[in-house]
Amino acid sequence: MAGRRRGRLSVWRFITLRLLQAIPVILVVITATFFLVRIAPGGPFDSEKPVTREVRAALEAQYRLDLPLHRQYLSYLGDLARGDLGPSFKYSGRSVNELIAAGFPVTAELGLYALLVALVVGGGAGIIAALKPHTAQDYLPMSAAMIGICMPSFLLGPLLVLVFGIHLDWLPVSGWGDISGDKVLPSITLGAAYAAYIARLGRAGMLEVLHQDYIRTARAKGLPQWQVVLKHGLRGGLLPVVAFLGPAFAGLLAGSFVVETIFQIPGLGRFYVQAAFNRDYTMILGTTVFLSVLIVLFNLLSDILAAWMNPRLRAQYGRH
Amino acid sequence: MALLQVEDLAVSFVTRNGINTAVDGVSFTVETGRITAIIGESGSGKSVACYSLLGLVPRPPGRIDGGRALFEGRDLLQMKETALRRIRGRDIAMIFQDPMTCLNPYMSIGRQLMEPLRYHHRVSRQAARARALELLAEVGIRDPAATIDNFPHQFSGGMRQRVMIAMALINEPRLLIADEPTTALDVTIQAQILKLIAELQRRRNIGVIFISHDLAVVADIADTIVVMQRGRVVERGEGEEIFQCARHPYTKKLLAAIPSGSKAPRTEPAEPLIRVRNLCTWFAPGRGAAPVKAVDDVSFDIQRGEVLGLVGESGSGKSTIGRSILRLVPVTSGKIDFDGIDLTALRGRELKRMRRRMQMIFQDPFASLNPRMTVYDTLAEPLLLHGIHSRKHVAQGVLRLMDDVGLARAFVRKYPHEFSGGQRQRIAIGRALATRPEFIVADEPVSALDVTIQAQILELLQALGREYGLTMLFVSHDLAVVRHLADRILVLYRGEVVERGSGDELFERPQQAYTRQLLQSIPGATRGF
Repeated sequence: MAGRRRGRLSVWRFITLRLLQAIPVILVVITATFFLVRIAPGGPFDSEKPVTREVRAALEAQYRLDLPLHRQYLSYLGDLARGDLGPSFKYSGRSVNELIAAGFPVTAELGLYALLVALVVGGGAGIIAALKPHTAQDYLPMSAAMIGICMPSFLLGPLLVLVFGIHLDWLPVSGWGDISGDKVLPSITLGAAYAAYIARLGRAGMLEVLHQDYIRTARAKGLPQWQVVLKHGLRGGLLPVVAFLGPAFAGLLAGSFVVETIFQIPGLGRFYVQAAFNRDYTMILGTTVFLSVLIVLFNLLSDILAAWMNPRLRAQYGRH
Repeated sequence: MALLQVEDLAVSFVTRNGINTAVDGVSFTVETGRITAIIGESGSGKSVACYSLLGLVPRPPGRIDGGRALFEGRDLLQMKETALRRIRGRDIAMIFQDPMTCLNPYMSIGRQLMEPLRYHHRVSRQAARARALELLAEVGIRDPAATIDNFPHQFSGGMRQRVMIAMALINEPRLLIADEPTTALDVTIQAQILKLIAELQRRRNIGVIFISHDLAVVADIADTIVVMQRGRVVERGEGEEIFQCARHPYTKKLLAAIPSGSKAPRTEPAEPLIRVRNLCTWFAPGRGAAPVKAVDDVSFDIQRGEVLGLVGESGSGKSTIGRSILRLVPVTSGKIDFDGIDLTALRGRELKRMRRRMQMIFQDPFASLNPRMTVYDTLAEPLLLHGIHSRKHVAQGVLRLMDDVGLARAFVRKYPHEFSGGQRQRIAIGRALATRPEFIVADEPVSALDVTIQAQILELLQALGREYGLTMLFVSHDLAVVRHLADRILVLYRGEVVERGSGDELFERPQQAYTRQLLQSIPGATRGF
């Protein structure tokens, strides 16, 4: 994006601008989610055992559900501005803030490990494939990557459990932080698809860079192949991967519920999906808002990282 | 013993379509302290021959079929990669054609400079840096201490080539291979770089292989010249020998291509290509308002092969005349004959067919090129659109156009923003020439350019005019620019022709007050231009 922007822009101005641009985006997300969950049939107290009219009215008054819709919306926005995501409808006595605080660290850890798997496995496969294009060294990892993209995690997870957990009995099949090694399978399951994307991005990026004239210059200097690739090729070749990291991490956080469900992990993803089934309005909204803010932040972070890695862009943001 | 002795070198490429022999039994020697130039057009195998010496031809598809290359008595072609790597960048160094792309954009020039020294000789960082600073100063980088940590994009093309040279010399190699080191540079910079290479070579007393497609470039510096064509050496000799008594027809052709600078006398055919009679182009600013008479009753002829200059200040109607002839603006009245056909009467398909014979070059090369199209796309489009080349052969047409307008072929996949203003105008000229037009309207083609670049573009237009037999209408506000290019000049004032004559006539005996005023406004005119 910086290529299109002419002239010098200081880093801080750039960050501030991007954050300001994010505000309307998040507002739209809040508004759309707020009204969509209300349109969906059913309500938060439908699944409970039948209650009397009076009790129901009292409950609705307690959670301000008796107010007209626009008043509910405005009061929610007011709470949100103060950082209060409201009480959970389902887990009485607990606020959405508390629930997110409980679930998010687990999800974040899982996401981080998955990202590491994706980077190491995917990045490595991409580089290896790019070194000898159109040979077995290229086709093998790239075919694996294609399978990785195509295979949904609800299939890959149980498969891994079956092979490594049950048949070979090497690794635990569920839980998070209870037995040593129980974090391995979930991280691989979640990271696999992203590893595949990164492998393809990395291969394309490296292939392009390795055909540049300055790679020939590096070889003419007499450097050995590994130095040519790692010192001269890597930075340029992995730029597209870095730009992808932000959206990838956001996607890992938002998409972790399948893996959390398979492996019985008490993360945010499971709360999120349960909230949707329970019509836990505030919980759905709160998690959505929280995740959309994270997504915006991570996209910004990876843009900054990509710009920092590229001296030509760095110059445009200027350090004066 | 020669520093480098190449004997019967043969290199081929194995492709899906069969085996292409790139270098076929080539022999040459390089002596210490002398410059051997290898000359040939692109595809003649001159670069492949030199790259294969250092194992820089990718294998596969490249394949060395035979020969020897004795460097100080050791055969480079028989060496293992690890042994060859110790020679590469240490005893034999290279400079490449395009300094824009040959330096790593992600690494400061200092780090890139120090790299060969640190790798081959294991010197400390401080020592390497000190040596890098020395060399940068030697190749003419101003204030090396302040710029050594800058990145390549912060240097101009000429400065980058100096950095490349410093990088090649940092290990004090005994042989330097320079592959078209000045082709991507502007003429003035080219001369500086040539001088620098010759100077450094003398000072160090090393052997140099200088690869070029241009005999004129190496004329002053080469001790020995080897001429290659289609993978074979067709002629070799001491520098002067080649220039005095070339024997091979190909060498003679290369020699003839060196521009001599004089303008060939023009023979005047009877029938003019363009005849404009009583041309009026008026614009109506709004209902009921009096029309703006941009062009009012103008008549002139342009002979075949003639360059007609059209001069006047902005608003004088000079651009409108050019646009009227190309039918880019509606003509109010009058007649425009092109090769005997009345252009004002043409419609639709007939007009399109005529437009192929007439092209325009615009003032602003930034705005007139599509930023999302590579040079290739820009040049291929008119070739395909007008059916000049089939899809199969269009690539060759594009490359030939790039040669004609003086753009390095390596730039073919680049986008307009990667070029300088002068280079962009070259692309625009190439695009205009793509349809092989007979007539070109050049509308202030150099006004947006620097003075030195202006001269180059004017020279190019002049050369291409001769080569393509172009008839040209050259529109400018600057009499000085037009004088050297145009056979005749029309001076326009408020839509009317006030004076006409040859450049010299107008400059020495201007008849009209307005022409004198234009002459006065030329920079330096008052001090006896």
